[in-house]
Amino acid sequence: MKTKLSGVSEQANVRSSGRYAGTKTVTADPKGVDSGPHFMDGDHAIAEGALAAGCRFFAGYPITPSTEAAERFAERAPEVGALFIQMEDELASIAALIGAAWGGQKCMTVTCGPGFSLMTENLGLACMTETPMVIANVQRGGPSTGLPTLTAQQDMMQARYGPHGDNAIIALCPDSPQECFDLTVEAFNLSEFYRVPVIILTDETVGHMHEKVVIPPADQIQVVPRNNYSGPKEDCRPYKFDSQGGHPMVRAGDGYNFHITGLTHNEKGYPVMTADQNKIVVTHLMEKINGNADMIIRLDEDQIDGAEVVVVSYGITSRIAVKAIQDARKEGIKVGSLRMITIWPFCEKRIREISSKVKAIVVPEINYGQMVLEVERNAGGRCKVISVNHCGGAVHDPEVILDAIRKAIQ
Amino acid sequence: MSTQEIRFSGFGGQGIIRCALITGKALALYDDKFATMTQAFGPEARGSACAAQLVVSDERVLYPYITQPGVLVALSQEAYDKYYGELPKGGILIVEEDLVKLRGEHPDLRLMRVPATRFAEELGNRLFTNLVALGFFTAVTNVVTAEAMKKALPGLVPERFLKINVKAFDKGYEYGVQMISKNTRGDVS
Repeated sequence: MKTKLSGVSEQANVRSSGRYAGTKTVTADPKGVDSGPHFMDGDHAIAEGALAAGCRFFAGYPITPSTEAAERFAERAPEVGALFIQMEDELASIAALIGAAWGGQKCMTVTCGPGFSLMTENLGLACMTETPMVIANVQRGGPSTGLPTLTAQQDMMQARYGPHGDNAIIALCPDSPQECFDLTVEAFNLSEFYRVPVIILTDETVGHMHEKVVIPPADQIQVVPRNNYSGPKEDCRPYKFDSQGGHPMVRAGDGYNFHITGLTHNEKGYPVMTADQNKIVVTHLMEKINGNADMIIRLDEDQIDGAEVVVVSYGITSRIAVKAIQDARKEGIKVGSLRMITIWPFCEKRIREISSKVKAIVVPEINYGQMVLEVERNAGGRCKVISVNHCGGAVHDPEVILDAIRKAIQ
Repeated sequence: MSTQEIRFSGFGGQGIIRCALITGKALALYDDKFATMTQAFGPEARGSACAAQLVVSDERVLYPYITQPGVLVALSQEAYDKYYGELPKGGILIVEEDLVKLRGEHPDLRLMRVPATRFAEELGNRLFTNLVALGFFTAVTNVVTAEAMKKALPGLVPERFLKINVKAFDKGYEYGVQMISKNTRGDVS
């Protein structure tokens, strides 16, 4: 048990290396890696993960409970050779990321619900222009400005469906400061490979809690490097619509003529505003993520075989759930755990499989019931789905989850 | 030890959160324990009663907040008033002797009093109050080792004040050791 800090941390980087077919990973630039054991909060670990992954550009606007991540990045930027800009607001922040990414930089911002709302418009632009970036949303209670200093998981659907139009993103849910580090490295790798914004959907509790975080030596951290086109001018294409990742970016200033627009475009990037072209573009945007869901999704499972009830959870709530699960097992209830490390794309296939084998799935989350809708949709009536919702501002009382598990087997 | 829950409390500016950070780092990095630290982030962190919590365990901490503290360190009257009622029978109550006026004898608690501010002032600055309190805390509870605490200090106190902070820690620690060996009222009952 002792070595199992976050459930995945020891394996995360090792596994990462095999997940980006066709792209050669490299070891991290030691300049950005603050190797060794630390006692740090999740926000700081996100900043360290970004620097380790090679992020050298941060634009953001401070907002509780994400500010510590910005502070850490700002403090470390000069020694690492990174650039930190405090922008006038969140709209400008994400716009700056799009520019930085096409200028050749790995980039990130951090925010929470109110700021994320403001970023949504340009998040859509980033999806459409296939611009890699990492956004950490350290969730606090909402709606609106809600509960600035208190925890929540209420932006789960917003992260996926915030921007207008069809698009797909990837989102990861760390359950500890250690995983904040590990998953931020992974977020950059996924973002670079699939050329898509990747969102770290964490929460105030994880963002502000201090725990031991072990940052590995640089040569043990695998990163997907920025892939810039370097071929002949006439063959230069900033896009390739084949529903796959691994395509090069074109860096502004390298001498290639190319066009980037939010309008529906061809592979050269120029507007082609027809239904036929939109079918090509939208299919690619959706399928490069959904079609590779098996490659992208990571789950942490425990005793699902033979279970009568499975608790499906994510982020901080999964830790509270484990406490309830342990107590339920003491009462003789066969209960398994599915922790979603990757929240988007959603683990549809696994929920379908589980739903045909168990009596019930219990879904605790710090919102009025969001991811439970995905679970219900995929369970398709094959088992009971019990929502254990919470309006935000605190974590669940483990007893409430335990009660739901007890009811599930009745 | 299975799980221990500790609350450090006082007023904003006393270095309360630093206390929890130092102790958490000492436990997690040098005493081979799992430690999860959470802190108050509201207006209370900036002036009035301020608190930081630490959950310590031999196994991974699942629930990050404290449910019933076994140890309360209260460096201000307000913090003492607000939190002492949470302690269970046999819980350890550490108070700043000159700043906290007790509301009773607390026969059910293991009451320990330390003039941390006075000791800090004797060392030259009341800013060291938290380190005196931490030394005392280390001596009278068996939560963390003094070696680990001292190892945890670099990076969490300014480098040029490291020596004097260690001195403050030692002062509190020695006072705690003396108090335990005397075993008179005002310490372990």
